[in-house]
Amino acid sequence: MNDGRYGMYGGQYIPETLMNELLNLEEQYNFYKNDPEFNEELNTLFKEYAGRPSLLYFAKRMSEDLGGAKIYLKREDLNHTGSHKINNVLGQILLAKKMGKTRVIAETGAGQHGVATATGAAFLDMECEIFMGEEDMERQSLNVYRMELLGAKVRPVSSGTKTLKDAVNETMREWTTRVHDTHYVLGSVMGPHPFPMIVRDFQSVISKEIKEQILEYESKLPNAVIACVGGGSNAIGSFYNFLDDDVKLIGCEAGGKGIETEFHAASITKGELGIFHGMKSYFCQGSYGQIAPVYSISAGLDYPGIGPEHAYLNDIKRAEYVPVTDDEAVDGFEYLAKKEGIICAIESAHAIAQVKKIAGKMKKDDIIVVCLSGRGDKDAESIKNYKDARDMEEL
Amino acid sequence: MSKITKAFQGGKAFIGFLTGGDPSKEKTIEYILAMAEAGADVIEIGIPFSDPIAEGPVIQNANLRALSNEFNTDDVFEVVEEVRKNTNVPLAFLTYINPVFYYGYEKFFKRCNELDINGIIIPDLPYEEKEEILDVATKYDVDIISLIAPTSKKRIKTIAKDATGFIYLVSSMGVTGVRTEIKTDLKDIVNDIREVTNIPVSVGFGINTPEQAKEIAKIADGVIVGSAIVKIIEEHGYDAKDHIIDYVSKMKNATMLNNA
Repeated sequence: MNDGRYGMYGGQYIPETLMNELLNLEEQYNFYKNDPEFNEELNTLFKEYAGRPSLLYFAKRMSEDLGGAKIYLKREDLNHTGSHKINNVLGQILLAKKMGKTRVIAETGAGQHGVATATGAAFLDMECEIFMGEEDMERQSLNVYRMELLGAKVRPVSSGTKTLKDAVNETMREWTTRVHDTHYVLGSVMGPHPFPMIVRDFQSVISKEIKEQILEYESKLPNAVIACVGGGSNAIGSFYNFLDDDVKLIGCEAGGKGIETEFHAASITKGELGIFHGMKSYFCQGSYGQIAPVYSISAGLDYPGIGPEHAYLNDIKRAEYVPVTDDEAVDGFEYLAKKEGIICAIESAHAIAQVKKIAGKMKKDDIIVVCLSGRGDKDAESIKNYKDARDMEEL
Repeated sequence: MSKITKAFQGGKAFIGFLTGGDPSKEKTIEYILAMAEAGADVIEIGIPFSDPIAEGPVIQNANLRALSNEFNTDDVFEVVEEVRKNTNVPLAFLTYINPVFYYGYEKFFKRCNELDINGIIIPDLPYEEKEEILDVATKYDVDIISLIAPTSKKRIKTIAKDATGFIYLVSSMGVTGVRTEIKTDLKDIVNDIREVTNIPVSVGFGINTPEQAKEIAKIADGVIVGSAIVKIIEEHGYDAKDHIIDYVSKMKNATMLNNA
């Protein structure tokens, strides 16, 4: 779908100042996506710089322990910069460069997208500014340092809830002041058209590889593909090449302290239809359509909306979206570390938690592929604090 | 001719903005009437939104103050109901699409019609998405005020051709807020607009001094001032009325200096 709509979702609800730039971006993207030279350059970057293809790893001990389906992990955590974010960033910065831009700006929540953007900007010689909520800067101080090390300027966002949503607001505002030389590297499959399409296309390399790899290893497609969902970029990347196949697709939303509380970021499970950040989709909203403050232990899932294509896949029941709580995610985080020796991002741990719930109920020759979207070094300290606090409560 | 367009018939118009609910519901009523008394030809009332992406810090903070007072869309309608007992000045809402969507388009615009709200400005509803509210706004006689930006270029004529009420010409790149200098070549944009429509053109974003108002009024039909008024309210809170009257009178006079 490329008219910017996914069913009723999507669109371009954005200030007039940005409209010509979005139209320009769409036109340029449509040209370059079919340009053999652009694709060759991007594929070379994927291979030689980002380390693609990422491994599809059979999690033997985890599979045996859960006693059901065979579990494969798509190791996006092994990419350069430690997450799937680099796929989109390399695509967009290369595109921006072709478009003659000299500066990139981006929002970041957990800092993964910020680090990836700063990396791509350093490597491809672009000026770079990253907007990050003050609260997230505190939660992810190491990533702030990483971005600065890479030559990016990190701009603290103190408006609103001081998290990802506010970082997006500020980056959009910044973009309206300077479009002639600046590209906004949006980090997820959200925002106004053409971003949900561009980000999906660049991330779809994940499911393209999964498909090739699983057919090679198992000579059949998986029964289910599972990924965590904030804005939804690693999920759509993992789902996209399976949309027409008989494969169950499951997105795991941040259930926070429980969807019966106010402290979650479960846009599909608990959100309502709305129009925000350039798109019609589901959003966590308070009274009178104010965007609600959301909560998750994971800064990367702490976003009140979800990409429009996910809203559509949910509506047509092609994908299923389930909430996973902080506690479940932390258990998943520890479980994977102990069983497989892999410390994954707390975002990805939401998907692991879901695997734990369903794998045992599936047949031995069933296959689950779970996208391990990022690595967990960044989370080790905050998970330790979370655990300490939880232990204190239990006492 | 719509009520808003008529407001430009007496010469160059001054359009003032404030955020509803800042600092309180009662004061919003008082300050709207103060602006009308001081000569504002059209008054824009902001319906607060949690994430106003086209606004600079001054109006962002006004939105947050209003929301922390739990001021909501129904409150803004009550404000208008009171205001309408004392003035016939053309009124327009300025808000973002989500609060309107959430309220329900039919219900929202019907209420606008009942209370004689004459226009609506939605910064995150560009020309391509206007259909979202076009039919219902038209049915209830509410002008959708179109924005044209320094970057609009080829889009200027397309947007202008279908414009109603007045055209909101955004003076500068970026978000709302006081600027010392306006660099955009507005004259060229106004000329482009003039080729396709006679709808009045008002310029907003960054204007705060009488000198700027005077200059802008030489090339446009109206001058829009938001952040400067909101700043007065931020500074003087519950005692801003005299300051508003003083400021709006000065700005209105400067705007009218260009009347032939």
